[in-house]
Amino acid sequence: MTKRFALGIFDDEDVLLHAIENIRAAGVKVYDVFSPYPVHGIDDALGIERSRLPIAAFFFGMTGLSFALWMQIYMLGFDWPMIIGGKPHIALPAFVPVAFELTVFFTCHGMALTFFTITGLYPRFKTPVMDVRATDDKFVMAIELDETSSQFPRLTQLLRDNGASEVNQKEMTNN
Amino acid sequence: MQHVSSIREPLVTGGKTLHDVTQDICYQVEAKPNLRWMAALSVALFFLGVFFYSVYRTVWYGIGEWGLNKTVNWAWDITNFVWWVGIGHAGTLISAVLLLFRQKWRSSINRAAEAMTIFAVICAAMFPVLHMGRPWLAFYVFPLQNTLGSLWANFNSPLLWDVFAISTYFTVSLVFWYIGLIPDFASIRDRAKGPIAKFSYSMLSFGWKGSAKAWSRYETVSLILAGVSTPLVLSVHTIVSMDFATSVVPGWHTTIFPPYFVAGAIFSGFAMVLTLMLITRVVFRLEDYITLEHIALMNKIMMVTGSIVGVAYITEFFIAWYSQVEFEQYAFINRATGPYWWSYASMMTCNVITPQLVWFRRVRYSIPLTFILSIIVNIGMWFERFVIIVTSLHRDYLPSSWAMFSPSIIDIGLYVGTLGLFFTLFLLFAKFFPVINMAEVKTILKYTVDNGPTYNPEKAHAAHAHQPAIHGAPASAPVTYNKHD
Repeated sequence: MTKRFALGIFDDEDVLLHAIENIRAAGVKVYDVFSPYPVHGIDDALGIERSRLPIAAFFFGMTGLSFALWMQIYMLGFDWPMIIGGKPHIALPAFVPVAFELTVFFTCHGMALTFFTITGLYPRFKTPVMDVRATDDKFVMAIELDETSSQFPRLTQLLRDNGASEVNQKEMTNN
Repeated sequence: MQHVSSIREPLVTGGKTLHDVTQDICYQVEAKPNLRWMAALSVALFFLGVFFYSVYRTVWYGIGEWGLNKTVNWAWDITNFVWWVGIGHAGTLISAVLLLFRQKWRSSINRAAEAMTIFAVICAAMFPVLHMGRPWLAFYVFPLQNTLGSLWANFNSPLLWDVFAISTYFTVSLVFWYIGLIPDFASIRDRAKGPIAKFSYSMLSFGWKGSAKAWSRYETVSLILAGVSTPLVLSVHTIVSMDFATSVVPGWHTTIFPPYFVAGAIFSGFAMVLTLMLITRVVFRLEDYITLEHIALMNKIMMVTGSIVGVAYITEFFIAWYSQVEFEQYAFINRATGPYWWSYASMMTCNVITPQLVWFRRVRYSIPLTFILSIIVNIGMWFERFVIIVTSLHRDYLPSSWAMFSPSIIDIGLYVGTLGLFFTLFLLFAKFFPVINMAEVKTILKYTVDNGPTYNPEKAHAAHAHQPAIHGAPASAPVTYNKHD
């Protein structure tokens, strides 16, 4: 499916943040903003909710911890109990290092995989982008247009008034 | 809105704009390799060859190729292992701990430091694996059922903890580093001209577009990864130190080992970061990003951790005397005055006296002196591990078993060889990957150039008269967006 976008190109993050607030106040829905670096305050300006990744991270960590403790207790305590250095079979203090390491291991990898999955990050043969300068030095605000692009002149004016240095139109095939 | 003290030096000099940052850092990736890089790579490849030859001898003829004997049955292998793991720690400290402390200056060095971590851990892992004698059976260290029955791994052993610690450390560092690289790969991808570059950097960048939501998640992920990496880095060298501390060998069986090893690790790691950065900034013309201020700050960390190490040496000696344990006392007297006194003396000179020179501002800000100091510290930290390991083992409880250790040519070959492996990897990284985290440097750019009083272009140019600002005035819209202050 092909979508049309009006692209407002901004040179500065502070101008961009003001523009986002004004444009949203004018009742226009901002599709997305592409920036070369994380702009602080953009989440509030765009109304992006706080990510729930930390909660996921906590549960991944808990999984790792439980797995590590179960593994060590099952292997050395029940499946093949052995006396090592005269210590009890289930020598919990000695299980702490591995339990800690596996907690970190599960947290990190679980969260990284979740991040890649929900953000749609995976190796691709080619990556169509709105504007190649968005990874260099420009801030690109994309606003979705309808089939006829009838709002484009009005949006151009609105973006210009809010400090966009350029306004372009772009068609993107579904990706 | 960020507030900066007016006495702070700018973090990036030369009045760089956002585009300048992309241009300066992508230049190295896009340009043809220069002669100096090729020369360095060929030297590194030669030593990599030495490494492969030594590995071949070790694996084909066995551990007898090394200089070990039945008394000193752990020597250069474990020394090198601890040394390399320690070097890795500075990278994680810069990428994780300094991120949590919001030290913005880390931005221009974290990428290369983290790469150093990963390559150092690869080098470190070679030694325990080779010391197994039959490295193809290395999977025995994992808790898999024995082929003859259902005997599992021994979770009471610090050596097994090491397996978990090092593999977690390696994979977590790799993921952290790669997630940081994704936006920069996207920058290179969007600038790439040739089809091969376009294709490879598109694959590497995972389809990153820099959308607001993706950045928001990216920041959350970075913060949490930093949060889990911080205790991780402390745990790794703690566990490495427990390889020694949980034994009953005099000189090893001490509770001071974990903090002492962690401080030593960061100390040697910062020395290695300094060595690498001083070369990188000159070879790749990054003097505006890795400034004298960065070097001075790293020197300060080196001084602090070096002083902790110095205190630990003295404490160890004191406790040996105070413990009233004859064997413990002898172990330390033997270290300082026995047949290996020269290694103890080198360790003390390099690690205790050298970092104290950094108190002098002139030393801290001097490139040649810092370079020499960083090399001396690395030598000293190698000797520290040698002293701990060999001098404790060579004379323990049973005088009839006392022996001396001398390395074989294969021991030396393996050590020099891992240096070759390390530099080969680092040079390839420096050529094909962006050596500085562009996205992160861009976030601090405005912070640097926009706070009028802190930034004085004339002064900056006079001090670092390297590349004048070409692309006009810096991004200079007044900072008025202060919703959160």
